Amino acid sequence: MSTRVMIDGNGAASEGLRLAKVRVVSAYPITPQSPISEKLADFVVQGKLDAKYIRVESEHSAMCCAIGAQLTGVRAGTATSSVGLALMHEVLGVAAGCRVPIVMPVVNRSLVSPWSLWCDHQDAMAERDGGWLQLYAESAQEVLDLILIAYRTAEDARIQLPAMVCLDGFFLSHMSDAVYVPDQAAVDAYLPPYVCHNFHLDPNDPMFINNLTPTAEYTEMRYQQAVGFNQAPAVLLAAMADFKRVFGRDYSLLEAYQCDDAEAVIVTLGSMSGTAKYTVDQLRGQGKKVGVLKLTSYRPFPAEQVKQALAPVAVVGVMDRSPGYGAQVAPVATEVRAVLSGKPVQGFIAGLGGRDISPATFVKAFAKLLTGEITADVDWVDVKENALTIREVK
Amino acid sequence: MQRQQKKPMTDCEKTKKYFVGPVATEFVAAKTGVWRVVRPDVTIEDCIFCGTCRKHCPADVVTVAKEDPNSGVYFDWDYCKGCGICANICPKQCIAMIPEEGVCKL
Ligand code: SF4
Ligand code: SF4
Repeated sequence: MSTRVMIDGNGAASEGLRLAKVRVVSAYPITPQSPISEKLADFVVQGKLDAKYIRVESEHSAMCCAIGAQLTGVRAGTATSSVGLALMHEVLGVAAGCRVPIVMPVVNRSLVSPWSLWCDHQDAMAERDGGWLQLYAESAQEVLDLILIAYRTAEDARIQLPAMVCLDGFFLSHMSDAVYVPDQAAVDAYLPPYVCHNFHLDPNDPMFINNLTPTAEYTEMRYQQAVGFNQAPAVLLAAMADFKRVFGRDYSLLEAYQCDDAEAVIVTLGSMSGTAKYTVDQLRGQGKKVGVLKLTSYRPFPAEQVKQALAPVAVVGVMDRSPGYGAQVAPVATEVRAVLSGKPVQGFIAGLGGRDISPATFVKAFAKLLTGEITADVDWVDVKENALTIREVK
Repeated sequence: MQRQQKKPMTDCEKTKKYFVGPVATEFVAAKTGVWRVVRPDVTIEDCIFCGTCRKHCPADVVTVAKEDPNSGVYFDWDYCKGCGICANICPKQCIAMIPEEGVCKL
């Protein structure tokens, strides 16, 4: 039913799109996403994927082609990273507003400036309110699985929203792991052929989309998207339950690790969650009651589930991998604070521009939570003391 | 008007299911009349049916019916933006711009 192979996160993402039988691929290479574009090209050449591969000149065009292709009634595949995602920004909104349920791996990488090739979540966070679902993977296996779950959810008649499956650049994209790659037959049973529930494009039977929409209708169409999002948690959970039935692996909107009797819990996103769990095990060995709450779904934000999971916990911290300039705390912490009004929530920022969020970082953060020295200001927990003088004028 | 995609349209009617998002179910321009805060109002007793207002209307939405038994000056309210050019240009100054309900007048 499945084969266990050594592949990295990019490999897992490519396998996900192959198994979903995308019929058009329009992708533009960008570090650290390029191996996805390359692998999909290989699949097409080797006859493992019956798709038309469009070589585009930018990410903007990549998303335009994907939207156009999917509107004709097939799944279209693309993937991107960082400034590539930023360049897509305009058309990401078209996919969302026109309700084209594209599923796109986003290999998380910092935004400029300073120029960087390495991991953080600024790219995806810049798109967090743009009308795409956002799921975050902890491992290569999760990348593949969440892609299949994302297709089921995004294409559901009640949802019809595009979805990003986010994987941390290099930490996931380039690290090999043993991944169960399911057979095509099993995936076909879980994910039937694409059915377009909304309008589609047919040159012989024309229809006009994305027309100038007057004030009299604009709010209503934005409301339609909100209705889609409101239904997303239930549909996601159903898709995850079905996934467990077919493939045996368990998913939820979030994962509470050692939270039951915890005095302090840190909320995490993406690959840092594994390190956080390891640190929790170490600290538990020292008798410290700590836990981790990993968010798998950031959009929709599972407010109710977060509230329930953190209700018995005295002190909560949130480890954000993006700065959230000008806000009180970074994006994930903002959401968690809003859910837990009245409870102290410490915002942490770490792991920017590829800096590792190591066990030492979590130890520091947990220590702060356990001493109860909560500050309203966000704690840049891994910033160096010489931050303002690192490039001294000589 | 261009032909519509027939099947989804008839399906729409039959199943009472609706499209989501900006799909044009009719090929018409966005109704710019919703921008209007004041509308032209003609005192028809003073009008000489000269057609000057019709000629100058940038939206081309004025019909001046001279010979008609219902002779008068008619506006397409879906597209009249209420710019007031017709009122300014009228040689008899018989067009007043009056506030739309719910906009200037509450
Ligand atoms: S107000 Fe402007 S748009 Fe309306 S009829 Fe007069 S000239 Fe035309
Ligand atoms: S310009 Fe004045 S007088 Fe002439 S047709 Fe229009 S409303 Fe009548």
